[in-house]
Amino acid sequence: MNEPSIRHPGLNLGAAHGADDEAAERVLFGFWLFLMSDAVLFGMVFATYVTSVRATAGGPGPHDLYDLRSVFIETLLLLASSFTFGMASLALKYKHATGKLVGWLVVTLILGASFLGFECHDFITMFAKGGVPSRSGFLSAFFDLVPLHGLHVTAGCLWLLCMVAQIARYGLDRQVKLGIMRLALFWHFLDIVWIGIFSVVYLGGLV
Amino acid sequence: MTGQAGKTAEQARLAAEERRDLHAYVWGVTLALLLTVVPFALVHEGHASRFALWVVIGTFGIVQMIVHFRCFLHITLSHKREDLQLILFSALILIILIGGTVWIMGSLALRMALPLRT
Repeated sequence: MNEPSIRHPGLNLGAAHGADDEAAERVLFGFWLFLMSDAVLFGMVFATYVTSVRATAGGPGPHDLYDLRSVFIETLLLLASSFTFGMASLALKYKHATGKLVGWLVVTLILGASFLGFECHDFITMFAKGGVPSRSGFLSAFFDLVPLHGLHVTAGCLWLLCMVAQIARYGLDRQVKLGIMRLALFWHFLDIVWIGIFSVVYLGGLV
Repeated sequence: MTGQAGKTAEQARLAAEERRDLHAYVWGVTLALLLTVVPFALVHEGHASRFALWVVIGTFGIVQMIVHFRCFLHITLSHKREDLQLILFSALILIILIGGTVWIMGSLALRMALPLRT
């Protein structure tokens, strides 16, 4: 009753995938290294935000600009997208029909795009209230941090599109499998960064 | 006969593993939802004291991050060691960088009477 050995972060393909599972180890560990360095980048931007949060220079502050309801919806969308990507990973690992895998990926893409839609709407509302990046140190730091995450999600959405196209073009070969698994790590990592953003920026700002 | 029996045993093992993997995601999303809704509700109500709210937001945020690592990224204590070590090392770097920055800049603001504190 040995547990299957775990080779790398994320859902492992398992022995049923043979050499693909072995090839995943190095590739996914390398990608994990990138994600951790990305986490340090986000950490520094968080630090910049926290030290600038009171520097409103007489301009609008968190209470004037943040919309808790919208942020809550964004949080739920991103959490749901993490779950649907998990379902896609399961479909890949247990060799469900390719249509099912593509279906979960498309649902994830729709949730990610809706998140971006809500976020853009937030930014536009902030601009309308005078909350532009050049207004104060606080707003510069805000628009350094939150859109940086949004940019990552945009990249993730484009990557999702590429993976769906690659599945259509090449089928589920090794490169495509490893691509989906790296994207899964990226997507779950972005959801963890979002926990930091809604806790520190939005909830912390509105307390 | 034995080959067939082996195949069914393998299928049963895979089915059990799939159930276990699915449970991880379902548990993950349920716990994460709970850990999200509570701080949002408390901030929305706005009755609790500022300090209490900050403690709740911080604690729930960190616990939710651990839930995501455990259930979505499948990092466990029995994991291949260098993955976990890398996370812990990155966490150490982040604590030093963020903690150091906030400490130094906060102290500067206090001494220079900058408007960084309310």
